[in-house]
Amino acid sequence: MKKLACALGALLMATGMASAEDLKIGLVVTLSGPPAVLGKQIEDGFKLAIDDKDGKLGGLDTELFVVDSELKPDVALTRVKGLLERDQVDFVVGTVFSNVLGAIFKPVTRSETFLISPNAGPSTLAGRNCNPYFFSTSYQNNQNFETLGKHAKEQGIKSVFMMTPNYQAGRDAVEGFKKYYDGEITNEVYTPLGHQDFSAEIAQMSDSGAEALFTFMPGGMGVRFVKQFRESGLADKMTFLSAFTVDEATLPAQKEAALGFFGATNWAPSMDLPQSKKFVADFEAKYGYIPGGFAMQAYDAALLIDSAVRAVGGDLSDKEALRKALEAADFESLRGDFAFNNNHFPIQDFYLLRVDQRDDGKFWTVVDKKVFDDHTDSFAAECKM
Amino acid sequence: MSSTLFLIQLLNGAQYGVLLFLIAAGLTLVFGVMGFINLAHGVQYMIGAYLTFMYFGVTGNFLTALLLGLVTALCLGLALEALVFRHLYDRDHLDQVLATFGIILFVNEAVKVIWGPGTLTLPAPEFLSASLQLTDNLLYPVYRLALIVVGVLVAAGLYLVVTRTRVGMLIRAGASNADMVSALGINIRRLFMIVFGFGAMLAGFAGALAAPVFTLEPGMGDNLLIVAFVVIIIGGIGSIRGAFIAAILVGLIDTLGRSLATDAMNLIFDASAANQIGPSIASMLIYIFMAAVLFFRPQGLFPAKGSA
Repeated sequence: MKKLACALGALLMATGMASAEDLKIGLVVTLSGPPAVLGKQIEDGFKLAIDDKDGKLGGLDTELFVVDSELKPDVALTRVKGLLERDQVDFVVGTVFSNVLGAIFKPVTRSETFLISPNAGPSTLAGRNCNPYFFSTSYQNNQNFETLGKHAKEQGIKSVFMMTPNYQAGRDAVEGFKKYYDGEITNEVYTPLGHQDFSAEIAQMSDSGAEALFTFMPGGMGVRFVKQFRESGLADKMTFLSAFTVDEATLPAQKEAALGFFGATNWAPSMDLPQSKKFVADFEAKYGYIPGGFAMQAYDAALLIDSAVRAVGGDLSDKEALRKALEAADFESLRGDFAFNNNHFPIQDFYLLRVDQRDDGKFWTVVDKKVFDDHTDSFAAECKM
Repeated sequence: MSSTLFLIQLLNGAQYGVLLFLIAAGLTLVFGVMGFINLAHGVQYMIGAYLTFMYFGVTGNFLTALLLGLVTALCLGLALEALVFRHLYDRDHLDQVLATFGIILFVNEAVKVIWGPGTLTLPAPEFLSASLQLTDNLLYPVYRLALIVVGVLVAAGLYLVVTRTRVGMLIRAGASNADMVSALGINIRRLFMIVFGFGAMLAGFAGALAAPVFTLEPGMGDNLLIVAFVVIIIGGIGSIRGAFIAAILVGLIDTLGRSLATDAMNLIFDASAANQIGPSIASMLIYIFMAAVLFFRPQGLFPAKGSA
């Protein structure tokens, strides 16, 4: 009888311990409206990583709470508070968009919960507002545009026509490009967000005589623009340089209209690395579409958490040790080289990507050339950490 | 700006205007005749596009898909009328706005569930897929020209129906005094139903025609709906002629504004300030124009005769 009580007690303790040692992660992404495509990539990428680790990140049973930001900062804020207070998550992973990240940043970091961004990388968080509780597995937003600017300069492109949406990210794109490009800029055109008919802008392009076009048209805008640009015949006359415009999220709709167009970022699904190839194959088999950078960065975020939790032996209470373990970035990133800078943003390579058709008829991006080796963002110096 | 570019921009503006007209025509009839604020008009535009997309997937023929899409859009419009709108005719505008806004949310989500949140594309019909060589390096898709022709034909047809036929006469009568028409033994409810179903079909038609140019995504009609309201306010509510002229004006102002505003601001300010102010002014132009019209002619440019 005494033995039984002992065993029962031990069992109770064991279950009690187990639940205390569970790893709880909150995932904040946009799953409503047209940008839901991006949020879905992040969710799928993150879940794939958990599955690959048999449901245990860092050896702990992992529970994932997925919440939809609806691309509304106030909604995201309410839901994140729920994650922090009700679900008591150990990590928050998010977001897709910088404005949503801005809304949840303070509450998460103030509660001394680690926040890992699988995509959004606003300049302030890389610079003066960098935070010991914030990490990014993506990039600082400007870096993709800088890659294109440097490429344009190296190629000796003499004149560029610039077109971006008229909001902060669009303006940042132009600044990022100009940081490395010093040739002539024939026009700077800013369209309304969600722009439908680009015929007026395309007419201006044809009239400008510019050698290349630089654009940043995320989501549906990019699909419309690429289609209309191709129909206008300008694709044969101008080099198409873009970021977030022809990627795995938009290519299923753009198809051959985007063939040969250039993009720029830190990874392509066609990359010839064993871990990347396995990831792409598994991802396609499981979800039925080609993963883009969003999914890759989410997968890496999960690997990062896995490595850090493992390094501290599952003890999540010692925040200082956990931070050290995260900073070490001791995991094999899908993109290859990966290390954290002082501002907790990655030091990584950036590539010029080209849209290509696979043998099975689907479209994806391939690496055209490496533009930056171990690139650090421009704001790290402003970060006092 | 060269004169060639200016002419091209006129063409682009006219084409955008024609598309706006196709959306605004149904809206102005429903608003003018029934005094009903239908925010769900943009949703009907979207439904038309998605239905055509769906039928295109089945039949592989654009025109067949368009026809089937129109019939289905009409049926859906009539169903919505019977289920929702009919109960709102006698309520005030706030109730109508709330109910139709609810429909926007509902249908946008439904479209997302059925077709997914991503952007879809619909190819232009084969026989219109060619392009014209406009300048040395600029092609112009024939489909866009066809859009202009179709728009003008629809405008002419609608104008004739409203001014020359018995149904048109009833529509005009209903617009000026629905009670009197009803007292004369005309089934005004049925008239409203016809107008509404027809308006929904017109919106669906616009959506289907726009799909090859603008692509499809959930909520695609919401932004255009605002511009369509601007058009019918400028043109005079209930007036087909007004809607047509206002749509062309708005199309031209918007297109020319977007390509000229920054250059114009460059004359006054330095380049970076011009780049800040130009695009903002360009996107405000049509609203400034609407405000000016409202100030000088509160009834719009061509108010429907007899309406209060």
